[in-house]
Amino acid sequence: MTTNSGGLSLAQQRQRAAFWFLAPMLAALFFVAAWPLLRTIYFSLTDTLLSDLYGGEFIGFDNYLSLRVLESGRWIWRGTLVDPAWWNAVWNTVRFAFVSVLFETILGLIVALVLNAEFKGRGFVRAAILIPWAIPTIVSAKMWAWMLNDQFGIINDILLNLGLIDQKIAWTASVDTAMYAVLMVDIWKTTPFMALLILAGLQMVPRDIYEAAKLDGVNPVKVFFKITLPLIRPALAVAIIFRMLDALRIFDLVYVLTPNSAATKTMSVISRENMIDFDKFAYGAAQSTLLFAIIAVFVSLYIWLGKVDLSGEGQK
Amino acid sequence: MTAQKLFSNIAFYALVVVIVVFSVFPFYYAIVTSFATGTDLFRINYWPKSFDWGNYESVLGGRNFVRSIWNSVFIATTTVVFALFLAVTASYALARVRFRGRGLLLMMILAVSMFPQIAVLAGLFELVRFLGIFNTPYAMIMSYVIFTLPFTVWVLTTFMRDLPVEIEEAAIVDGATPWIIITKVFLPLLWPALVTTGLLAFIGAWNEFLFALTFTSSETTRTVPVAIGLLSGASQQEIPWGPIMAASVIVTVPLIILVLIFQRKIVAGLTAGGVKG
Repeated sequence: MTTNSGGLSLAQQRQRAAFWFLAPMLAALFFVAAWPLLRTIYFSLTDTLLSDLYGGEFIGFDNYLSLRVLESGRWIWRGTLVDPAWWNAVWNTVRFAFVSVLFETILGLIVALVLNAEFKGRGFVRAAILIPWAIPTIVSAKMWAWMLNDQFGIINDILLNLGLIDQKIAWTASVDTAMYAVLMVDIWKTTPFMALLILAGLQMVPRDIYEAAKLDGVNPVKVFFKITLPLIRPALAVAIIFRMLDALRIFDLVYVLTPNSAATKTMSVISRENMIDFDKFAYGAAQSTLLFAIIAVFVSLYIWLGKVDLSGEGQK
Repeated sequence: MTAQKLFSNIAFYALVVVIVVFSVFPFYYAIVTSFATGTDLFRINYWPKSFDWGNYESVLGGRNFVRSIWNSVFIATTTVVFALFLAVTASYALARVRFRGRGLLLMMILAVSMFPQIAVLAGLFELVRFLGIFNTPYAMIMSYVIFTLPFTVWVLTTFMRDLPVEIEEAAIVDGATPWIIITKVFLPLLWPALVTTGLLAFIGAWNEFLFALTFTSSETTRTVPVAIGLLSGASQQEIPWGPIMAASVIVTVPLIILVLIFQRKIVAGLTAGGVKG
């Protein structure tokens, strides 16, 4: 019935074909992902300079932490792990990731619930919320930088007119507000994405459950917390982990909206700065390796604790 | 209609209005600003007052920005074609053939799409220098594979998994090889998914900033995001807001139109990449 070549069974034949179908993709991913990652980790263990990529020597973990005891008996610790600028970046990143994802989840839930209701103009609203998502991050950063401008910005103007502030604020330049500015733009840009992911989860909840609850006269708030939320929990969990990973590696928005501000500098920004701008290539490589390690630990913990089935294999 | 119901209706529509205004206003304001020149720029206008194409002329008149647009189009298109080409066969194998380690492989592909790009920057920088493609479009085309390929493989795999077994079985009975099955049976069915995935990957490549910033060193090789991000005036204090907004509008309008045309498909594609778990 089938034209088996070389006496292989059909399943074996298919598996052999599958291998050749996968090989080019795996080779490409090895070439652009695995190999550069291994090289970055290797560089982090050397004293390589940007100007001389092959002149570095192996120095072990000195970029991370090293101890030198002076003759006077004084101990001097060096390396990223005792660098206050690095810990400042870690704190900025964690704070940014936590606050932005929290707000995006709550606002995304609200928008998703609105879009899940049936009302006139729903298609229009869904189109409108896609706009922030479609705008390139750099463009959003520039647009908001202009709106948040201290002298000519419309946001200061609105807030002054409403009487919420009594003098103009230098949102992006001031140390106290720079982080708020970054958060504002990120939440504006990413809430639609969150809302769409949550909406997909909401639409899988059967309508008759709501009908039944309505007939029984259950309070809508109670319906949300007792029925809706538990049912969309898996979708919500996956959406949150995706957003969290994205937030932890944030680079472009911070780099363009608040350049060189210690108040917002994240792990990605400081790593690149050391690697490319300050000619401390190996030191920056060590910092980016640490960021990679932090994210890897975070993902494994989340998957392990939450038993999240990311591969989608479980449904079959 | 009871008073309470009327009130909740009004509250609901007020919320809808707030959502729409928040989403659209920044882009609307960028358009308003892009048409203002001279002192108009520094007067706060909530409504469009002037229609001056001066900013557009100065952006498009300078050679470098047009060059950047072409760079971005070339890089994003090539990246997407390459990624789709590799992803179609790979996702067929991942979705339709049972083999040991398939789940693990899928998890690894997902992991690649999620890990921080900065973690490969040092190694990629070395690779780009080694291959002699620093400051050329090929540096970006190569490095963008890292996020477009896993994404396209992932979405196409979830899509192919949902196609019925029967269509394939008939072909197998007729003695079709896997290659024939992909090109003759699956490809015609895959077109809608390919368009959506391709579009999303295109947007991702079009918007990328970190690699494009690091792997280019002259104004003529910059992509659009880098050109806009680094657009500066004669002095540090003098930021050319008018031209920046005009440039922003130029590169954003095509994207918004595409996104609105493919709305439904994009939402489906995004959710397949996100919450198919």
